[in-house]
Amino acid sequence: MINKLVLENLRHRWIRTLLSALVIGVQVMSILTLIGLSQGLLQESASRQKGTGADIFLKPENGGATISFSAGQTPEAFAPFVARQPHVAQVLPVFSTSVALLTTMSGVDIEGLNKMSGGLHLLEGHLPSSPNEILVDQYYAKQNNLHVGDQIRLLNRPWRVAGVMEGGVLGRIIAPLRSVQAAMASLDPPKVTQILVKLDDPQRTDQEVATLNKVLNGNLRAISMQEILSQFSINNLPELKVFIRVITGLAILVGFLVVFLSMYTAVVERTREIGILKALGAKPRTIIDLLVREALVLSLIGWVIGVVLAIAAKSAITALRPASLHIVNVPAWWPIAAVIAIVGALLGAFYPGMKAARQDAIEALSFE
Amino acid sequence: MNNGSPIIRVRGLQKTYHTSDVPVQALRGVDLDVAKGEFLAVVGPSGSGKSTLFHILGGLAAPTDGEVWIDGEDLRRMSDAERTEMRQRKVGFVFQKYNLLPTLTAKDNIAIAQSLAGKTTQPAGFERILEELGIAHRLTHRPRALSGGEQQRVAIARALVNEPAILLADEPTGNLDTANSEAVLEILRRLNKSIGQTILMITHNPEAAAYADRTVTMRDGRLS
Repeated sequence: MINKLVLENLRHRWIRTLLSALVIGVQVMSILTLIGLSQGLLQESASRQKGTGADIFLKPENGGATISFSAGQTPEAFAPFVARQPHVAQVLPVFSTSVALLTTMSGVDIEGLNKMSGGLHLLEGHLPSSPNEILVDQYYAKQNNLHVGDQIRLLNRPWRVAGVMEGGVLGRIIAPLRSVQAAMASLDPPKVTQILVKLDDPQRTDQEVATLNKVLNGNLRAISMQEILSQFSINNLPELKVFIRVITGLAILVGFLVVFLSMYTAVVERTREIGILKALGAKPRTIIDLLVREALVLSLIGWVIGVVLAIAAKSAITALRPASLHIVNVPAWWPIAAVIAIVGALLGAFYPGMKAARQDAIEALSFE
Repeated sequence: MNNGSPIIRVRGLQKTYHTSDVPVQALRGVDLDVAKGEFLAVVGPSGSGKSTLFHILGGLAAPTDGEVWIDGEDLRRMSDAERTEMRQRKVGFVFQKYNLLPTLTAKDNIAIAQSLAGKTTQPAGFERILEELGIAHRLTHRPRALSGGEQQRVAIARALVNEPAILLADEPTGNLDTANSEAVLEILRRLNKSIGQTILMITHNPEAAAYADRTVTMRDGRLS
Protein backbone atom coordinates (compact mmCIF):
# COMPACT_ATOMS: atom_id res chain seq x y z
CA MET A 1 0.00 0.00 0.00
CA ILE A 2 2.91 2.34 0.76
CA ASN A 3 4.27 1.63 -2.72
CA LYS A 4 0.91 2.53 -4.20
CA LEU A 5 0.88 5.80 -2.24
CA VAL A 6 4.41 6.54 -3.49
CA LEU A 7 3.44 5.96 -7.13
CA GLU A 8 0.17 7.88 -6.79
CA ASN A 9 2.01 10.83 -5.21
CA LEU A 10 4.51 10.87 -8.07
CA ARG A 11 1.74 10.50 -10.66
CA HIS A 12 -0.40 13.19 -9.02
CA ARG A 13 2.43 15.74 -9.31
CA TRP A 14 3.67 14.44 -12.64
CA ILE A 15 5.21 17.67 -13.94
CA ARG A 16 7.46 17.95 -10.91
CA THR A 17 8.20 14.22 -11.10
CA LEU A 18 9.12 14.50 -14.77
CA LEU A 19 11.26 17.62 -14.32
CA SER A 20 13.12 16.15 -11.34
CA ALA A 21 13.69 12.87 -13.17
CA LEU A 22 14.80 14.78 -16.27
CA VAL A 23 17.46 16.71 -14.35
CA ILE A 24 18.70 13.45 -12.79
CA GLY A 25 18.61 11.96 -16.30
CA VAL A 26 20.75 14.75 -17.69
CA GLN A 27 23.32 14.04 -14.98
CA VAL A 28 23.27 10.33 -15.77
CA MET A 29 23.63 11.19 -19.46
CA SER A 30 26.60 13.47 -18.69
CA ILE A 31 28.40 10.66 -16.89
CA LEU A 32 27.65 8.04 -19.54
CA THR A 33 28.56 10.41 -22.38
CA LEU A 34 31.79 11.42 -20.71
CA ILE A 35 32.78 7.81 -20.11
CA GLY A 36 31.60 6.84 -23.61
CA LEU A 37 33.70 9.62 -25.12
CA SER A 38 36.74 8.77 -23.02
CA GLN A 39 36.57 5.08 -23.85
CA GLY A 40 35.64 5.76 -27.48
CA LEU A 41 38.53 8.13 -28.04
CA LEU A 42 40.98 5.79 -26.31
CA GLN A 43 39.73 2.71 -28.15
CA GLU A 44 39.84 4.57 -31.45
CA SER A 45 43.35 5.86 -30.78
CA ALA A 46 44.47 2.36 -29.81
CA SER A 47 42.91 0.94 -32.92
CA ARG A 48 44.71 3.52 -35.11
CA GLN A 49 48.03 2.63 -33.48
CA LYS A 50 47.32 -1.03 -34.08
CA GLY A 51 46.33 -0.27 -37.67
CA THR A 52 49.86 0.90 -38.49
CA GLY A 53 51.08 -2.70 -38.30
CA ALA A 54 54.08 -1.65 -36.17
CA ASP A 55 55.43 -4.00 -33.49
CA ILE A 56 57.43 -1.39 -31.56
CA PHE A 57 57.11 2.39 -31.08
CA LEU A 58 60.11 4.57 -30.38
CA LYS A 59 59.23 7.75 -28.55
CA PRO A 60 61.37 10.54 -27.13
CA GLU A 61 62.10 10.12 -23.43
CA ASN A 62 61.03 13.72 -22.84
CA GLY A 63 57.67 13.09 -24.46
CA GLY A 64 56.01 12.70 -21.10
CA ALA A 65 53.40 10.02 -20.72
CA THR A 66 53.07 7.30 -23.31
CA ILE A 67 49.77 8.85 -24.36
CA SER A 68 50.20 12.52 -24.86
CA PHE A 69 48.57 15.10 -27.06
CA SER A 70 51.79 17.11 -27.14
CA ALA A 71 54.51 14.70 -28.19
CA GLY A 72 58.14 15.61 -27.89
CA GLN A 73 60.46 15.62 -30.88
CA THR A 74 63.54 13.57 -31.67
CA PRO A 75 66.05 13.62 -34.56
CA GLU A 76 64.99 11.58 -37.56
CA ALA A 77 68.59 10.42 -37.79
CA PHE A 78 67.77 7.67 -35.28
CA ALA A 79 65.63 5.97 -37.93
CA PRO A 80 68.48 4.66 -40.15
CA PHE A 81 70.39 3.62 -37.01
CA VAL A 82 67.41 1.56 -35.82
CA ALA A 83 66.88 0.15 -39.30
CA ARG A 84 70.35 -1.39 -39.13
CA GLN A 85 69.56 -3.35 -35.97
CA PRO A 86 69.05 -7.11 -36.21
CA HIS A 87 65.46 -8.34 -36.74
CA VAL A 88 64.24 -4.87 -37.73
CA ALA A 89 62.34 -5.30 -41.01
CA GLN A 90 61.10 -1.74 -41.49
CA VAL A 91 61.25 1.64 -39.75
CA LEU A 92 58.85 4.49 -40.31
CA PRO A 93 59.55 7.94 -38.90
CA VAL A 94 56.36 9.86 -38.12
CA PHE A 95 55.71 13.51 -37.34
CA SER A 96 52.29 13.93 -35.72
CA THR A 97 50.80 17.24 -34.80
CA SER A 98 47.44 18.44 -33.65
CA VAL A 99 45.37 20.36 -36.21
CA ALA A 100 42.21 20.60 -34.12
CA LEU A 101 41.07 19.45 -30.73
CA LEU A 102 41.61 15.68 -30.68
CA THR A 103 42.46 15.60 -34.40
CA THR A 104 46.04 14.93 -35.50
CA MET A 105 47.80 15.17 -38.81
CA SER A 106 50.62 12.69 -39.36
CA GLY A 107 53.53 13.19 -41.71
CA VAL A 108 54.95 9.89 -42.87
CA ASP A 109 56.44 8.14 -45.87
CA ILE A 110 53.06 7.14 -47.27
CA GLU A 111 54.38 4.26 -49.39
CA GLY A 112 56.15 2.98 -46.29
CA LEU A 113 52.93 3.21 -44.22
CA ASN A 114 51.08 1.44 -47.02
CA LYS A 115 53.58 -1.40 -46.76
CA MET A 116 53.79 -1.59 -42.94
CA SER A 117 50.02 -1.50 -42.41
CA GLY A 118 49.39 -4.23 -44.94
CA GLY A 119 47.83 -1.81 -47.41
CA LEU A 120 45.85 1.38 -46.91
CA HIS A 121 42.26 0.83 -47.99
CA LEU A 122 41.26 3.73 -50.21
CA LEU A 123 37.58 4.49 -50.54
CA GLU A 124 38.15 7.28 -53.05
CA GLY A 125 41.13 8.64 -55.01
CA HIS A 126 44.76 7.57 -54.85
CA LEU A 127 47.83 7.81 -52.61
CA PRO A 128 49.40 11.29 -52.51
CA SER A 129 51.88 11.78 -55.30
CA SER A 130 52.97 15.36 -54.66
CA PRO A 131 54.18 17.17 -51.50
CA ASN A 132 50.95 19.11 -50.96
CA GLU A 133 48.61 16.12 -51.26
CA ILE A 134 47.05 14.39 -48.29
CA LEU A 135 44.92 11.40 -47.40
CA VAL A 136 41.98 11.86 -45.02
CA ASP A 137 40.02 9.11 -43.35
CA GLN A 138 36.31 8.58 -43.96
CA TYR A 139 35.29 10.19 -40.63
CA TYR A 140 37.27 13.37 -41.22
CA ALA A 141 35.98 13.49 -44.81
CA LYS A 142 32.39 13.11 -43.64
CA GLN A 143 32.67 15.66 -40.83
CA ASN A 144 34.29 18.23 -43.14
CA ASN A 145 32.40 17.22 -46.28
CA LEU A 146 35.66 16.56 -48.16
CA HIS A 147 36.09 14.71 -51.45
CA VAL A 148 39.01 13.92 -53.71
CA GLY A 149 40.33 17.10 -55.31
CA ASP A 150 39.05 19.42 -52.56
CA GLN A 151 41.40 21.98 -51.06
CA ILE A 152 41.82 22.33 -47.32
CA ARG A 153 43.99 24.67 -45.28
CA LEU A 154 45.93 23.05 -42.44
CA LEU A 155 49.10 24.15 -40.63
CA ASN A 156 48.80 27.48 -42.42
CA ARG A 157 49.17 26.04 -45.89
CA PRO A 158 46.83 24.65 -48.55
CA TRP A 159 46.54 20.92 -49.15
CA ARG A 160 44.74 18.93 -51.81
CA VAL A 161 42.82 15.79 -50.86
CA ALA A 162 44.30 12.97 -52.96
CA GLY A 163 42.28 10.18 -51.43
CA VAL A 164 39.82 9.15 -48.74
CA MET A 165 40.89 6.07 -46.80
CA GLU A 166 39.16 3.76 -44.39
CA GLY A 167 39.80 4.94 -40.83
CA GLY A 168 41.94 3.10 -38.33
CA VAL A 169 45.51 3.73 -39.51
CA LEU A 170 47.77 6.20 -37.67
CA GLY A 171 45.81 9.48 -37.96
CA ARG A 172 42.80 11.19 -39.46
CA ILE A 173 45.02 13.04 -41.91
CA ILE A 174 48.14 11.57 -43.52
CA ALA A 175 50.58 13.77 -45.41
CA PRO A 176 54.12 13.35 -46.77
CA LEU A 177 56.63 13.48 -43.91
CA ARG A 178 58.79 16.24 -45.40
CA SER A 179 55.79 18.50 -46.01
CA VAL A 180 54.62 18.27 -42.39
CA GLN A 181 58.17 18.76 -41.08
CA ALA A 182 58.50 21.84 -43.27
CA ALA A 183 55.17 23.22 -42.10
CA MET A 184 56.25 22.68 -38.50
CA ALA A 185 59.74 24.14 -39.04
CA SER A 186 61.26 20.81 -38.05
CA LEU A 187 63.18 20.11 -41.20
CA ASP A 188 66.63 21.42 -40.34
CA PRO A 189 67.66 19.01 -38.92
CA PRO A 190 64.61 16.82 -39.62
CA LYS A 191 62.77 15.82 -36.50
CA VAL A 192 60.01 13.32 -35.80
CA THR A 193 57.63 12.60 -32.93
CA GLN A 194 57.91 8.82 -33.08
CA ILE A 195 59.46 6.02 -35.07
CA LEU A 196 57.45 2.93 -35.92
CA VAL A 197 59.34 -0.35 -36.09
CA LYS A 198 58.27 -3.59 -37.74
CA LEU A 199 60.18 -6.74 -36.87
CA ASP A 200 60.90 -9.70 -39.06
CA ASP A 201 59.41 -11.85 -36.33
CA PRO A 202 56.70 -10.28 -34.10
CA GLN A 203 57.27 -13.09 -31.53
CA ARG A 204 60.59 -11.40 -30.70
CA THR A 205 58.94 -8.11 -29.72
CA ASP A 206 59.76 -8.22 -25.99
CA GLN A 207 63.38 -9.19 -26.63
CA GLU A 208 63.81 -6.48 -29.27
CA VAL A 209 62.22 -3.84 -27.02
CA ALA A 210 64.89 -4.67 -24.46
CA THR A 211 67.64 -4.66 -27.06
CA LEU A 212 66.55 -1.34 -28.59
CA ASN A 213 66.27 0.32 -25.19
CA LYS A 214 69.81 -0.82 -24.53
CA VAL A 215 71.32 0.41 -27.80
CA LEU A 216 69.36 3.66 -27.80
CA ASN A 217 70.87 4.38 -24.43
CA GLY A 218 68.05 6.56 -23.14
CA ASN A 219 67.72 8.74 -26.24
CA LEU A 220 64.48 7.06 -27.23
CA ARG A 221 62.19 4.71 -25.38
CA ALA A 222 61.04 1.51 -27.10
CA ILE A 223 57.49 0.46 -26.29
CA SER A 224 55.78 -2.65 -27.57
CA MET A 225 52.44 -2.45 -29.34
CA GLN A 226 50.93 -4.52 -26.52
CA GLU A 227 52.10 -2.00 -23.93
CA ILE A 228 50.83 0.90 -26.03
CA LEU A 229 47.40 -0.73 -26.31
CA SER A 230 47.28 -1.44 -22.57
CA GLN A 231 48.07 2.23 -21.93
CA PHE A 232 44.91 3.27 -23.79
CA SER A 233 42.72 2.80 -20.74
CA ILE A 234 41.08 5.25 -18.36
CA ASN A 235 42.94 3.61 -15.50
CA ASN A 236 46.28 4.63 -17.02
CA LEU A 237 45.31 8.27 -17.35
CA PRO A 238 45.33 9.85 -13.89
CA GLU A 239 44.13 13.23 -15.18
CA LEU A 240 41.17 11.61 -16.90
CA LYS A 241 40.35 9.62 -13.79
CA VAL A 242 40.33 12.81 -11.73
CA PHE A 243 38.13 14.50 -14.34
CA ILE A 244 35.67 11.59 -14.25
CA ARG A 245 35.61 11.70 -10.46
CA VAL A 246 34.87 15.44 -10.53
CA ILE A 247 32.01 14.92 -12.99
CA THR A 248 30.68 12.02 -10.91
CA GLY A 249 30.86 14.14 -7.77
CA LEU A 250 29.02 16.95 -9.52
CA ALA A 251 26.39 14.47 -10.69
CA ILE A 252 25.85 13.29 -7.11
CA LEU A 253 25.68 16.91 -5.93
CA VAL A 254 23.15 17.91 -8.58
CA GLY A 255 21.10 14.75 -7.96
CA PHE A 256 21.18 15.55 -4.25
CA LEU A 257 20.10 19.16 -4.80
CA VAL A 258 17.32 18.27 -7.23
CA VAL A 259 15.85 15.56 -5.02
CA PHE A 260 16.37 17.68 -1.92
CA LEU A 261 14.43 20.56 -3.48
CA SER A 262 11.76 18.27 -4.86
CA MET A 263 11.30 16.36 -1.60
CA TYR A 264 11.53 19.47 0.54
CA THR A 265 8.77 21.21 -1.38
CA ALA A 266 6.81 17.93 -1.37
CA VAL A 267 7.08 17.76 2.41
CA VAL A 268 5.91 21.37 2.81
CA GLU A 269 3.14 20.89 0.26
CA ARG A 270 2.01 17.63 1.82
CA THR A 271 2.24 18.72 5.45
CA ARG A 272 -1.43 17.93 5.98
CA GLU A 273 -1.13 14.52 4.31
CA ILE A 274 1.80 13.68 6.56
CA GLY A 275 -0.36 14.73 9.51
CA ILE A 276 -3.13 12.40 8.31
CA LEU A 277 -0.70 9.49 8.04
CA LYS A 278 0.61 10.21 11.52
CA ALA A 279 -2.92 10.37 12.93
CA LEU A 280 -3.58 6.99 11.32
CA GLY A 281 -0.60 5.57 13.15
CA ALA A 282 2.28 6.00 10.71
CA LYS A 283 5.59 5.75 12.54
CA PRO A 284 8.37 8.28 11.82
CA ARG A 285 10.29 5.63 9.94
CA THR A 286 7.23 4.98 7.76
CA ILE A 287 7.17 8.66 6.77
CA ILE A 288 10.92 8.60 6.00
CA ASP A 289 10.43 5.34 4.12
CA LEU A 290 7.71 6.96 2.02
CA LEU A 291 9.94 9.84 0.95
CA VAL A 292 12.97 7.64 0.43
CA ARG A 293 10.94 5.37 -1.85
CA GLU A 294 9.74 8.41 -3.80
CA ALA A 295 13.33 9.56 -4.20
CA LEU A 296 14.34 6.07 -5.25
CA VAL A 297 11.65 5.92 -7.93
CA LEU A 298 12.61 9.43 -9.10
CA SER A 299 16.24 8.40 -9.42
CA LEU A 300 15.34 5.20 -11.28
CA ILE A 301 13.11 7.10 -13.72
CA GLY A 302 15.93 9.64 -14.07
CA TRP A 303 18.39 6.82 -14.69
CA VAL A 304 16.24 5.34 -17.48
CA ILE A 305 15.89 8.81 -19.04
CA GLY A 306 19.66 9.28 -18.68
CA VAL A 307 20.50 5.99 -20.42
CA VAL A 308 18.11 6.82 -23.28
CA LEU A 309 19.58 10.34 -23.56
CA ALA A 310 23.11 8.92 -23.53
CA ILE A 311 22.28 6.55 -26.39
CA ALA A 312 20.68 9.46 -28.27
CA ALA A 313 23.72 11.66 -27.54
CA LYS A 314 26.00 8.95 -28.89
CA SER A 315 24.01 8.83 -32.12
CA ALA A 316 24.01 12.62 -32.41
CA ILE A 317 27.76 12.94 -31.74
CA THR A 318 28.57 10.12 -34.17
CA ALA A 319 26.46 11.80 -36.84
CA LEU A 320 27.71 15.34 -36.29
CA ARG A 321 31.35 14.86 -35.22
CA PRO A 322 32.48 11.47 -36.52
CA ALA A 323 36.13 12.51 -36.77
CA SER A 324 36.81 14.63 -33.73
CA LEU A 325 34.65 12.76 -31.21
CA HIS A 326 34.55 9.00 -31.19
CA ILE A 327 32.02 7.74 -28.67
CA VAL A 328 30.87 4.29 -27.63
CA ASN A 329 27.94 3.03 -25.58
CA VAL A 330 29.12 1.93 -22.15
CA PRO A 331 26.57 -0.57 -20.76
CA ALA A 332 29.09 -1.59 -18.08
CA TRP A 333 28.67 1.90 -16.62
CA TRP A 334 24.86 1.83 -16.59
CA PRO A 335 24.66 0.16 -13.15
CA ILE A 336 27.37 2.53 -11.83
CA ALA A 337 25.38 5.52 -13.11
CA ALA A 338 22.30 4.03 -11.41
CA VAL A 339 24.17 3.82 -8.11
CA ILE A 340 25.36 7.44 -8.51
CA ALA A 341 21.78 8.61 -9.23
CA ILE A 342 20.41 6.62 -6.29
CA VAL A 343 23.07 7.84 -3.85
CA GLY A 344 22.40 11.49 -4.84
CA ALA A 345 18.65 10.96 -4.49
CA LEU A 346 18.85 9.20 -1.14
CA LEU A 347 21.08 11.94 0.26
CA GLY A 348 18.58 14.49 -1.06
CA ALA A 349 15.62 12.70 0.53
CA PHE A 350 17.23 12.31 3.94
CA TYR A 351 16.74 15.78 5.43
CA PRO A 352 13.21 16.33 4.07
CA GLY A 353 12.36 12.84 5.34
CA MET A 354 13.65 13.68 8.81
CA LYS A 355 11.77 16.98 8.77
CA ALA A 356 8.56 15.20 7.80
CA ALA A 357 9.07 12.49 10.40
CA ARG A 358 9.56 15.10 13.14
CA GLN A 359 6.49 17.08 12.15
CA ASP A 360 3.89 17.46 14.89
CA ALA A 361 0.73 15.62 13.83
CA ILE A 362 -1.66 18.22 15.30
CA GLU A 363 0.11 21.16 13.66
CA ALA A 364 0.32 19.23 10.40
CA LEU A 365 -3.40 18.48 10.47
CA SER A 366 -4.22 22.16 10.90
CA PHE A 367 -1.94 23.15 7.98
CA GLU A 368 -3.84 24.93 5.21
CA MET B 1 -10.38 -4.24 32.76
CA ASN B 2 -13.79 -5.90 33.00
CA ASN B 3 -16.81 -5.02 30.87
CA GLY B 4 -18.23 -2.83 33.57
CA SER B 5 -15.22 -0.48 33.57
CA PRO B 6 -15.33 2.62 31.39
CA ILE B 7 -13.51 2.33 28.06
CA ILE B 8 -12.32 5.92 28.51
CA ARG B 9 -11.35 7.01 32.01
CA VAL B 10 -9.93 10.47 32.63
CA ARG B 11 -8.98 11.84 36.04
CA GLY B 12 -7.56 15.28 36.79
CA LEU B 13 -6.36 15.76 33.20
CA GLN B 14 -4.34 18.89 32.65
CA LYS B 15 -2.66 20.21 29.57
CA THR B 16 -0.50 23.30 29.43
CA TYR B 17 0.98 24.63 26.20
CA HIS B 18 4.28 26.49 26.30
CA THR B 19 4.24 27.95 22.82
CA SER B 20 4.87 31.54 23.99
CA ASP B 21 6.32 33.29 27.05
CA VAL B 22 3.01 32.84 28.83
CA PRO B 23 1.97 29.22 29.42
CA VAL B 24 -1.56 28.47 28.22
CA GLN B 25 -3.55 26.06 30.36
CA ALA B 26 -5.95 24.38 27.92
CA LEU B 27 -7.24 21.69 30.31
CA ARG B 28 -7.55 22.41 34.01
CA GLY B 29 -8.47 19.10 35.56
CA VAL B 30 -10.88 17.09 33.45
CA ASP B 31 -12.67 14.04 34.88
CA LEU B 32 -14.58 11.86 32.46
CA ASP B 33 -15.83 8.29 32.14
CA VAL B 34 -17.18 6.87 28.88
CA ALA B 35 -18.74 3.43 28.96
CA LYS B 36 -18.11 0.88 26.27
CA GLY B 37 -20.75 1.27 23.53
CA GLU B 38 -21.68 4.78 24.63
CA PHE B 39 -22.19 7.70 22.21
CA LEU B 40 -20.97 10.82 24.01
CA ALA B 41 -21.05 14.38 22.75
CA VAL B 42 -18.67 16.97 24.15
CA VAL B 43 -19.99 20.46 23.50
CA GLY B 44 -18.59 23.83 24.32
CA PRO B 45 -17.56 27.14 22.80
CA SER B 46 -14.36 27.72 20.84
CA GLY B 47 -11.29 27.73 23.09
CA SER B 48 -12.98 25.69 25.79
CA GLY B 49 -10.45 22.84 25.41
CA LYS B 50 -12.58 20.39 23.38
CA SER B 51 -9.98 19.88 20.69
CA THR B 52 -7.19 19.49 23.24
CA LEU B 53 -9.20 16.74 24.94
CA PHE B 54 -9.78 15.14 21.52
CA HIS B 55 -6.06 15.20 20.74
CA ILE B 56 -5.07 13.69 24.08
CA LEU B 57 -7.71 10.95 23.96
CA GLY B 58 -6.58 10.15 20.41
CA GLY B 59 -2.95 9.89 21.47
CA LEU B 60 -1.92 12.82 19.28
CA ALA B 61 -0.73 14.85 22.27
CA ALA B 62 0.64 13.90 25.67
CA PRO B 63 -1.11 15.03 28.85
CA THR B 64 0.75 17.42 31.17
CA ASP B 65 -0.77 15.84 34.27
CA GLY B 66 -3.57 13.51 35.29
CA GLU B 67 -4.66 10.02 34.32
CA VAL B 68 -5.98 8.92 30.93
CA TRP B 69 -6.94 5.29 30.38
CA ILE B 70 -8.10 4.07 26.97
CA ASP B 71 -9.40 0.50 26.85
CA GLY B 72 -7.27 -0.39 29.85
CA GLU B 73 -4.07 1.33 28.69
CA ASP B 74 -2.53 4.24 30.58
CA LEU B 75 -1.69 7.00 28.11
CA ARG B 76 0.40 8.94 30.57
CA ARG B 77 2.97 6.16 30.73
CA MET B 78 3.19 5.84 26.96
CA SER B 79 6.09 7.01 24.82
CA ASP B 80 5.46 8.70 21.48
CA ALA B 81 6.02 5.38 19.72
CA GLU B 82 3.55 3.60 22.00
CA ARG B 83 0.93 6.30 21.41
CA THR B 84 1.48 5.85 17.67
CA GLU B 85 0.80 2.13 18.02
CA MET B 86 -2.26 2.86 20.13
CA ARG B 87 -3.65 5.07 17.34
CA GLN B 88 -3.29 2.17 14.93
CA ARG B 89 -5.15 -0.30 17.15
CA LYS B 90 -7.56 1.51 19.42
CA VAL B 91 -8.57 4.84 17.90
CA GLY B 92 -10.47 5.80 14.78
CA PHE B 93 -10.53 9.47 13.81
CA VAL B 94 -13.17 11.44 11.94
CA PHE B 95 -12.16 15.04 11.28
CA GLN B 96 -14.13 18.12 10.33
CA LYS B 97 -12.18 18.45 7.05
CA TYR B 98 -12.40 14.71 6.25
CA ASN B 99 -8.61 14.49 5.89
CA LEU B 100 -8.55 11.93 3.12
CA LEU B 101 -5.35 11.49 1.14
CA PRO B 102 -6.08 13.26 -2.16
CA THR B 103 -3.94 11.00 -4.34
CA LEU B 104 -5.65 7.76 -3.27
CA THR B 105 -9.09 6.42 -4.13
CA ALA B 106 -11.69 6.00 -1.39
CA LYS B 107 -10.90 2.28 -1.28
CA ASP B 108 -7.17 2.94 -0.91
CA ASN B 109 -7.76 5.59 1.75
CA ILE B 110 -9.43 2.86 3.78
CA ALA B 111 -6.76 0.32 2.87
CA ILE B 112 -3.86 2.56 3.95
CA ALA B 113 -5.27 2.76 7.48
CA GLN B 114 -5.34 -1.04 7.51
CA SER B 115 -1.85 -1.24 6.07
CA LEU B 116 -0.43 1.11 8.70
CA ALA B 117 -1.98 -1.09 11.39
CA GLY B 118 -0.37 -4.15 9.79
CA LYS B 119 -3.69 -5.72 8.85
CA THR B 120 -4.38 -7.33 5.53
CA THR B 121 -8.02 -8.34 5.70
CA GLN B 122 -11.08 -6.25 6.41
CA PRO B 123 -13.10 -7.23 9.49
CA ALA B 124 -16.15 -9.43 9.11
CA GLY B 125 -19.22 -7.39 8.28
CA PHE B 126 -17.21 -4.46 6.90
CA GLU B 127 -18.90 -4.84 3.51
CA ARG B 128 -22.21 -4.33 5.28
CA ILE B 129 -20.85 -1.20 6.98
CA LEU B 130 -19.81 0.17 3.57
CA GLU B 131 -23.35 -0.52 2.30
CA GLU B 132 -24.77 1.17 5.36
CA LEU B 133 -22.51 4.18 4.75
CA GLY B 134 -23.76 4.27 1.15
CA ILE B 135 -20.28 4.45 -0.39
CA ALA B 136 -19.83 0.89 -1.70
CA HIS B 137 -20.34 2.12 -5.27
CA ARG B 138 -18.03 5.14 -4.88
CA LEU B 139 -14.91 3.36 -3.66
CA THR B 140 -12.91 3.73 -6.87
CA HIS B 141 -13.21 7.51 -6.85
CA ARG B 142 -10.63 9.94 -5.52
CA PRO B 143 -11.73 12.47 -2.85
CA ARG B 144 -12.03 15.35 -5.32
CA ALA B 145 -14.69 13.36 -7.21
CA LEU B 146 -16.75 12.84 -4.04
CA SER B 147 -19.18 15.21 -2.33
CA GLY B 148 -18.41 16.43 1.18
CA GLY B 149 -20.93 13.99 2.62
CA GLU B 150 -19.40 11.10 0.69
CA GLN B 151 -15.89 12.08 1.78
CA GLN B 152 -16.98 12.15 5.40
CA ARG B 153 -18.57 8.71 5.04
CA VAL B 154 -15.34 7.38 3.54
CA ALA B 155 -13.51 8.91 6.52
CA ILE B 156 -15.92 7.07 8.86
CA ALA B 157 -15.25 3.80 7.02
CA ARG B 158 -11.51 4.44 7.34
CA ALA B 159 -11.92 5.09 11.06
CA LEU B 160 -13.78 1.80 11.54
CA VAL B 161 -11.71 -0.54 9.39
CA ASN B 162 -9.33 -1.47 12.20
CA GLU B 163 -12.20 -2.09 14.65
CA PRO B 164 -11.08 0.63 17.07
CA ALA B 165 -12.07 0.64 20.72
CA ILE B 166 -13.18 4.26 20.36
CA LEU B 167 -14.19 6.43 17.44
CA LEU B 168 -13.27 10.08 17.96
CA ALA B 169 -15.13 12.59 15.81
CA ASP B 170 -14.08 16.24 15.81
CA GLU B 171 -16.88 18.45 14.45
CA PRO B 172 -17.78 15.76 11.87
CA THR B 173 -20.55 17.89 10.38
CA GLY B 174 -18.71 21.21 10.51
CA ASN B 175 -18.15 21.32 6.75
CA LEU B 176 -21.43 19.76 5.67
CA ASP B 177 -24.82 21.15 4.68
CA THR B 178 -27.86 20.31 6.76
CA ALA B 179 -28.93 17.25 4.79
CA ASN B 180 -25.46 15.72 4.76
CA SER B 181 -24.96 16.64 8.44
CA GLU B 182 -28.11 14.78 9.38
CA ALA B 183 -27.09 11.81 7.24
CA VAL B 184 -23.64 11.59 8.85
CA LEU B 185 -25.01 11.96 12.39
CA GLU B 186 -27.65 9.34 11.64
CA ILE B 187 -24.91 7.00 10.40
CA LEU B 188 -22.89 7.54 13.59
CA ARG B 189 -25.91 6.79 15.71
CA ARG B 190 -26.76 3.67 13.68
CA LEU B 191 -23.17 2.41 13.95
CA ASN B 192 -23.28 3.02 17.69
CA LYS B 193 -26.47 1.00 18.00
CA SER B 194 -25.80 -1.74 15.43
CA ILE B 195 -22.17 -2.64 16.17
CA GLY B 196 -21.89 -1.07 19.64
CA GLN B 197 -19.16 1.31 18.54
CA THR B 198 -18.06 3.68 21.30
CA ILE B 199 -18.13 7.22 19.93
CA LEU B 200 -16.91 10.46 21.42
CA MET B 201 -17.97 13.40 19.31
CA ILE B 202 -16.72 16.96 19.73
CA THR B 203 -19.18 19.56 18.52
CA HIS B 204 -20.31 23.08 19.24
CA ASN B 205 -23.70 22.36 17.69
CA PRO B 206 -26.42 21.34 20.18
CA GLU B 207 -28.48 19.78 17.36
CA ALA B 208 -25.61 17.48 16.50
CA ALA B 209 -25.08 16.68 20.17
CA ALA B 210 -28.70 15.60 20.41
CA TYR B 211 -27.85 12.46 18.43
CA ALA B 212 -25.62 11.26 21.28
CA ASP B 213 -26.71 9.22 24.30
CA ARG B 214 -25.16 11.76 26.64
CA THR B 215 -23.76 15.24 26.37
CA VAL B 216 -21.13 16.89 28.52
CA THR B 217 -20.19 20.55 28.31
CA MET B 218 -16.73 21.91 28.35
CA ARG B 219 -15.90 25.40 29.48
CA ASP B 220 -12.57 27.00 30.35
CA GLY B 221 -10.76 23.69 30.28
CA ARG B 222 -13.15 21.87 32.56
CA LEU B 223 -16.19 19.64 32.09
CA SER B 224 -19.44 20.70 33.70
